[in-house]
Amino acid sequence: MTKKVLIADDEQNIVISLDFLLRREGFDVLVAADGEEALAKARSERPDLVLLDVMMPKMNGFDVCQALRADPELASMRVLMLTAKGRDTEVTKGLGLGADAYMTKPFSTKELVAQVRSLLGM
Amino acid sequence: MLNAPTIFIASLLYLGLLFAVAWWGDKRADQGRSIIANPTIYALSMAVYCTTWTFYGSVGRAAVSGIGFLPIYLGPTLIMALGWFLLLKMIRTAKANRITSIADFISSRYGKSHLLGGLVTVIAVVGIIPYIALQLKAVSGSVILLLNYPQIVMPGRSTALPVFADMSFYIAMILAAFTIVFGTRHLDATERHEGMVAAIALESSVKLVAFLAVGLYVTYGVYDGFADIFQRVAVEESLRKLTVAIPSGHGYTGWFSLTLLAGLAILFLPRQFQVAVVENVNESHLKRAAWLFPLYLLLINIFVLPIAFGGLLHFSGEAVDADTFVLTLPMAHRQEGLTLLVFIGGLSAATGMVIVETIALSTMVCNDLVMPILLRWRGAELAESKDLSQLLLGIRRGAIVVILLLGYLYFRLAGEAYALVAIGLISFAAVAQFAPAMIGGMYWRGGTRGGALAGLSAGFLVWAYTLLLPSFAKSGWLAADFLTQGPFGLNLLRPQQLFGLTGLDEIPHCLFWSFFANIGAYVAFSVMRPPSAVEASQATLFVDALKHTRPVGAALWRGRAEVADLLQLVGRFLGPERAKSAFTAYARRKGGDAEDSPEADAELVHFAESLLAGAIGSASARVMVASVAKEEPLSLSEVMNILDEASQLRSYSRQLERKSRELEAATSDLKGANERLKELDRVKDDIMSSVTHELRTPLTSIRAFSELLRDDPKMHLPDREKFLSLIVSETERLARLVNQTLDLAKIESGNADWRGTQLDLKEVIEQSVAATSQLFSAKGGRIELDLPEGLPLILADRDRLIQVMLNLLSNAVKFLPAESGWVKVSLRTRTEGLEVSVIDNGPGIGVDDQQIIFEKFRQVGDSMTDKPAGTGLGLPISRRIVEHFGGRLWVESVLGEGAVFRFFLPFARPDNSMENAPL
Amino acid sequence: MPDRKLIGERLIATFLGGCLLFNYPVLSLFDRGADLFGIPLIYAYIFAAWAGLIAIMAFFIEHPIE
Repeated sequence: MTKKVLIADDEQNIVISLDFLLRREGFDVLVAADGEEALAKARSERPDLVLLDVMMPKMNGFDVCQALRADPELASMRVLMLTAKGRDTEVTKGLGLGADAYMTKPFSTKELVAQVRSLLGM
Repeated sequence: MLNAPTIFIASLLYLGLLFAVAWWGDKRADQGRSIIANPTIYALSMAVYCTTWTFYGSVGRAAVSGIGFLPIYLGPTLIMALGWFLLLKMIRTAKANRITSIADFISSRYGKSHLLGGLVTVIAVVGIIPYIALQLKAVSGSVILLLNYPQIVMPGRSTALPVFADMSFYIAMILAAFTIVFGTRHLDATERHEGMVAAIALESSVKLVAFLAVGLYVTYGVYDGFADIFQRVAVEESLRKLTVAIPSGHGYTGWFSLTLLAGLAILFLPRQFQVAVVENVNESHLKRAAWLFPLYLLLINIFVLPIAFGGLLHFSGEAVDADTFVLTLPMAHRQEGLTLLVFIGGLSAATGMVIVETIALSTMVCNDLVMPILLRWRGAELAESKDLSQLLLGIRRGAIVVILLLGYLYFRLAGEAYALVAIGLISFAAVAQFAPAMIGGMYWRGGTRGGALAGLSAGFLVWAYTLLLPSFAKSGWLAADFLTQGPFGLNLLRPQQLFGLTGLDEIPHCLFWSFFANIGAYVAFSVMRPPSAVEASQATLFVDALKHTRPVGAALWRGRAEVADLLQLVGRFLGPERAKSAFTAYARRKGGDAEDSPEADAELVHFAESLLAGAIGSASARVMVASVAKEEPLSLSEVMNILDEASQLRSYSRQLERKSRELEAATSDLKGANERLKELDRVKDDIMSSVTHELRTPLTSIRAFSELLRDDPKMHLPDREKFLSLIVSETERLARLVNQTLDLAKIESGNADWRGTQLDLKEVIEQSVAATSQLFSAKGGRIELDLPEGLPLILADRDRLIQVMLNLLSNAVKFLPAESGWVKVSLRTRTEGLEVSVIDNGPGIGVDDQQIIFEKFRQVGDSMTDKPAGTGLGLPISRRIVEHFGGRLWVESVLGEGAVFRFFLPFARPDNSMENAPL
Repeated sequence: MPDRKLIGERLIATFLGGCLLFNYPVLSLFDRGADLFGIPLIYAYIFAAWAGLIAIMAFFIEHPIE
């Protein structure tokens, strides 16, 4: 069964590249351009994994992550946070809020794919 | 009714009352609730100046010379106007140095000299003895008059009687006993006698009341007011000259001399020094006393002339001494009550003077005459004694008896030949000899011990020769031709026409020659050699008395001493109990562990010395302290250094105060600055993190696309081309970001390169619009221009301004709705400059966001499609550029109704072209 | 605090003024046997000047300028 991945980022070009990458690797890809949309799609589409950018309009990645984790129905959903702010405090905060892993931009596409696969147990 | 027992009992009751008041005053002082701590009491105590000389003698003088008695009161009135400085300085100095007499003052000023203190004491005692004799004469005369009531019998020559039958002798002894009880009950370090001052103030009130009573009675009871008396006198040929007051010719010289003499006496008479300086409780009392005391003098003199003229009219042709009119007028009119009141008033005047004067003199005799001699000859024995306070009191009591006996002796020898006032003037002239050394000492640093000794000796000798010896000669105790022929027939040396100086009365004559000798010797000997170290240090303490807020005395002592030794030493003179409590109080005042240290510091040594100075005088105190402390003498240059340091310290401390105020202000400034810095630091962190974020975002895309291309060489061509063009555009974005960040950093740090030139803003706008026309046509938008011709020039950097315009235009384009968008650019004149508006019909900016868009890296976008391609630095940079040229940049917008960005730039003016255009 | 220095200057002025009033030649102006309401002029003058001097001193001391 094909795994479903939600990409949540407000940077159009990053979304284009991730979309291409993950489709090539055989995932179903969904896209959200801001936090609210990401949360809505996560609830409606039940992706297996969310690639969550931190700095997004309307609702930032931390808040989205917290909301996802607060919903018991979404407990099995994996969350991989992406951020351009590479500070330790941000990493800690993200993991503290229930993210499964954390990657700093710019990232290696191979590593990202490997991380996604490992989170999905593939 | 007015008989011997009545007089005796009234006198005893009155003296008993005085003693009760004094006892009460002392008791209250011991409890710390002083009854004399008030300026009126202080002024009344100064009125001890008015003795029987005033009470009886002024009338006698007025009966001979009209208003000739007045200079004695005008002089002090004038001096009290200067009391503000003179007395204040004396009080400060005396308190700072525990000075208890005028002898101590002079001795201390000129280097704590025993010799000088002794000389001043001798002059004072010899000079004051006639004055005390005057009181004895007046009191015994008044007693004899009363005893013969209702007859008016002039007192005969008491010298005819043997001493033990002479009432004056017994009066002298009673006064001595009274003074001993009053003034030497215990030994005090400050020599203050609160009870005595209270009694003196009461006496001053009594004598004023008594004199006013008799004055009112004579003027309005016996006669019909002032005018009546003066008119009756005017018709008497023999008396008329008294209303034309001052004899022509040298009368004015005499008048001036007496004024001067009395003015000096109010400062330097031992009893005036005692009440005004030593007994002063609070120097602020001086203020009211400065006019209240002259007022007292005025009041007690108003009726002098009427009483004198009344007496002359009433006793015309009778052998009644004018000195007795105050008493004999009420007697003659059978006013027994008034007579008794007048007698008590006279008694007040006499006892007040005798008590204060002999206490002051006995302190001087003890501290400045006997103690130095005892220390010199019997120092070893004294050192063994445990408690010398009884010895000191004994010396003082003895001195009181001796002084009164000497007064009695003078009265027997010379008293009969002179009127009261004439006797008093002899004393005035003697104490006036202190003036050069005192005033010079307070205001001239150059005065030395040698100068003071020479001046005082010379003045005193001339005084004795021209005034004292003649008083003996006139009484028949010296050959009369001493006066008329001069000693040994040397005509030039006639004591009252010295060196042939004629045409002056005896007082101006004495004053002239004695001051000539005194001032001359004082100045001449002082300038012969520089002051020694100790003279210089004392001179500074005295001359700068009003400048020092804290005594610098301790700074001028260097050496080693043990606390126990000092305590024992002070205990010997003050009594061990008092010494112990004084030291404890001192230690408590100083705080800390001063008590525990066996080694005494300079301040404690100074404190001990000043305690002793109160009891035995400053010169003896210095000697005694030196006997237990190893002092290392300071050289003159060291003293000068310390004094310089002291005055430097004063100015330093003022500077420090100012500095510390400035520092406080600076500290609070710094606190504020620090807060701002912390805030800035936080902002900087945020910016760093923003910059990082902004850099990583395009880098992320670039890396991702590059890796995709690398990993998939067989990628479809359209994808490949799309990815490559995205890489290029992200690279451009990155470059733009780097450039703008650097640009902003340059502007903010002030390193930007500005070129201020006079610009036509219309041309700048047209050029910018041309550069962006491509963007507009790409988005299908229109652009309208509203640019009037011929507007004034503004001063700015052309390229920078184009940068601002491009930024505003590209921002506008970015948010324009596709196809229907328009932008309008207008240029308008305002009073001070030009205003450019860039108006669009885009989505508009919410009020909340209108500030945010001018912050760095803050963009307002809606969704992925609306995400602006900018860096978030364009508007902050533009705003800074406009502000650099003195303008403003702001936005006006309502969400959904488009936005208006406006900026204003001031007109170019010649005067700001330089300032705003650094090269 | 009142300006002590100015009080001092005023009192010095009072002193100097008093010295003039109570000496030759000002005194001699009043010393000519005339009288004022039956009181010899010189007597009236000296007491009036004296009282005035005291009043001025009292005023200066008790009413310092703020």
